[in-house]
Amino acid sequence: MSQDRRMLFWRRARQEMAFLVFRLAVLVVLGALGGILLYVLIQGAGAISWEFLTAAPRDSMTKGGIFPALMGTLYLTLGAVLVALPLGVAAAVYLSEYATEGRVLRLVRLGIANLAGVPSVVFGLFGLALFVGYFKLGISLAAGSLTLGLLILPTVIGAAEEALRQVPGTFREASLGLGATRWQTIRKVVLPAALPGILTGSILGVGRAAGETAPIMFTAATFFTLRLPSSPLDQVMALPYHIYVLATAGTHIAQTRPLQYGTVLVLISLVLGLSLIAIVIRSRMRRHKKW
Amino acid sequence: MVVAAQSRPSLAQQDLPAPPADNAQAIIQVRELNFFYGDVQALSDINLDIARNQVTALIGPSGCGKSTFLRLLNRMNELIPGTRVHGQVLFEGVDLYGPGVDPVEVRRRVGMVFQKPNPFPKTIYNNVAYGPRLYGVKDRRRLDEAVERSLRSAALWEEVKDILNTSALGLSGGQQQRLCIARAIAMEPEVLLMDEPTSALDPLATSRIEELVTELKRRYTVVIVTHNMQQAARVSDVTAFFYLGRLVEMGPTETIFTRPREKQTEQYITGRFG
Amino acid sequence: MLNPFSGQALAHKGLGRLTSAGIMNRRKRTSTEREVIIRRFFVAAGLFSLVVMTLIVLFLFAEGIGLFRTVSVSDFLLGTAWYPTYDPPDFGVLPLIVGSAAVTLLSSLIAVPLGVGTALYLAEVAGDRTREILKPAVELLASLPSVVLGFVGMVVLAPLMQQWWDIPTGLNVFNASLMLALMAIPTIASISEDALHAVPRELNEASLALGATRWETLTRVQLPGALSGIGTGVILGMSRAMGETMVVLMVAGGAAQIPGSIFDSVRPLPASIAAEMGETPFGSEHYHALFAIGMVLFLMTLAFNLVAAWFSRRFQQKGAATL
Repeated sequence: MSQDRRMLFWRRARQEMAFLVFRLAVLVVLGALGGILLYVLIQGAGAISWEFLTAAPRDSMTKGGIFPALMGTLYLTLGAVLVALPLGVAAAVYLSEYATEGRVLRLVRLGIANLAGVPSVVFGLFGLALFVGYFKLGISLAAGSLTLGLLILPTVIGAAEEALRQVPGTFREASLGLGATRWQTIRKVVLPAALPGILTGSILGVGRAAGETAPIMFTAATFFTLRLPSSPLDQVMALPYHIYVLATAGTHIAQTRPLQYGTVLVLISLVLGLSLIAIVIRSRMRRHKKW
Repeated sequence: MVVAAQSRPSLAQQDLPAPPADNAQAIIQVRELNFFYGDVQALSDINLDIARNQVTALIGPSGCGKSTFLRLLNRMNELIPGTRVHGQVLFEGVDLYGPGVDPVEVRRRVGMVFQKPNPFPKTIYNNVAYGPRLYGVKDRRRLDEAVERSLRSAALWEEVKDILNTSALGLSGGQQQRLCIARAIAMEPEVLLMDEPTSALDPLATSRIEELVTELKRRYTVVIVTHNMQQAARVSDVTAFFYLGRLVEMGPTETIFTRPREKQTEQYITGRFG
Repeated sequence: MLNPFSGQALAHKGLGRLTSAGIMNRRKRTSTEREVIIRRFFVAAGLFSLVVMTLIVLFLFAEGIGLFRTVSVSDFLLGTAWYPTYDPPDFGVLPLIVGSAAVTLLSSLIAVPLGVGTALYLAEVAGDRTREILKPAVELLASLPSVVLGFVGMVVLAPLMQQWWDIPTGLNVFNASLMLALMAIPTIASISEDALHAVPRELNEASLALGATRWETLTRVQLPGALSGIGTGVILGMSRAMGETMVVLMVAGGAAQIPGSIFDSVRPLPASIAAEMGETPFGSEHYHALFAIGMVLFLMTLAFNLVAAWFSRRFQQKGAATL
């Protein structure tokens, strides 16, 4: 027995040591995240002002605000959602309501999985070749939105499919049992029940679209413009690209540091704010599921 | 049918009368046990003794707390967050829930077999050797011995001795369950808890497990939860009837099934509810 | 068959019981036809991703293939000089490939232990309440825009590195790998955690009931069961790091050379595309070369993704004991 005890002590000690290592891993990861957020907050808070958010850049971008970039990002993101949401939800409806096991489904899943894995810069090249070149949209809000829309398509599909699958089968059976067709069941029962989940899940995609840089570099973004876009064929400024430009190009890099931190802070607030909202709502919904 | 080859001579007489409270035969003594899932009280004021080398059956309608009670005997319930235990479970006189008692050691000495057969996705051999290896047995010969002894005790040896290195998932449901029993026996526990071990099995496999249970009590104390009245009557020496989180009645199986004291017990046994 | 929601059905309501078999038959047919059309629409929507994938391949190759009219494939892939604007230009992407490989490898060396460790903590060590706070935090890290990480690496970390270790530049393989690791960690952690949760609870119970500690249960039962999922997570994390653009564009230093140490600058594939596309005339040789790089990058990540998919299918756990 006492030998058993001694052994048990060591087995426990091994466990505690291993768990300590895991704790450290989490600490490092969260420390990095927290550190970055805190640092940007401290450095950037000073730059934030009403003017910063509502004015255009001045004096070769060393002063003034980020209004055109902010609006550009909002437009681009909105456009991307308009592209991705209908397509994504339709694909998800196929996956959860219509698809049957087989070669087609495997192929579709492979397509989605691989689309999700295409590097964002390749999306940029693709958008450049297809939308900017082939469809002659030029470097424009439209080309950028379409590119971003395709980029976030797998995210939206994933979110929508999860939401659809959480609608209990009994709902479908009840509706079909009343003599409704499959499509009626989907439209009147399944989609309404899944809608909140679809929307919150899609917000994650929205956040991603707002923060991406590489896909819009050659399809939509411009270095500098005072105008807000008046048509989908106009070029736009965008927050992520603005950060890149301020930080790497130009002759006043050091001088505009506060502006850069300010822009980073705005972008982070926008993207993480959206994600946080989506994550919180989603975990609420998961907990307070009524069915 | 199959005789456990190396079983020790039985200490208990086969036809021992029901254990009176507080006798030396009791290996487990439960005192004033209350159990809560969050705010819901699942067990109230349970007092009972479990006799050594006997089969004790826990019966009662679903949700009566019999499985919960079983899992309290080897501290499996504390894996569920938000649960609380009050009262004592004395195992050989030591309170399992007392300070300084390690649940890991408790579970080594009080083995468990679950409702659904749950072999690891490993070979048959490695399933049985899992426990001894935890306790540092590395020597191949000792492991081989332990595996054979356990499989024989579980009446499975003859069926699997030639396929020890194939996946346990290839066995039938009944074989899997006997493998799980062998796996538990390999730890050389003192008590074996069985949580409706045959509910997922066909009648033939069920009867083999029942035979096995009667065999096992020669070396182990068995506590078995069952919703099958005939099973309780067939395999157990003592029966405890649970209802709504309370122990209604406990006594020699024969008495419980022929002359129950309580009306509720009689109604349940005669099939009027549950 | 009959359909209480449609206008037609409502119109028939006035007739009381539907007795005419003719009406029923006709309605049945039309509604079935409509259902078939709708079904086809959704199948098409499902196939759309596949169409996009095909278009991506087509356009990348259509634009990239132009380079190989003047440059041989082996000169392109094995050439060690990338001077696209010289006269005559050199289009050897080997340094870029090695640069990508270097940052991907080093970043996964950092990200795998941290990501898997985080997953193990979340799945095994953390209490319910802690997990509910920490999981979103990890997801939040995943949504941090890459340009922000690039910015931090460039503006904050690079000068510090330069100071601490007295190296010529803080924009190097190591710095980029650190930032890429931060991008890969959430992917690895969340997929690994899902995999750990997917291991049937009965197996954990069986192990614990045999007197195993949680750590022993983890290493002997859960990890073997979750290995394929963790492998998938690791590969997808690596693929993400390899395809990531802004971090390597801003932090890797941009020198198209084969690195001799982790403190050398490199120019990974995505960085080259992003940096040069802006100044490249549409349809020029250089333009085609950048698409050719895109092809290489695409194929590399595709290979990773296919391996990940294969991995997750190949080693799927077959459930508790239901075989």
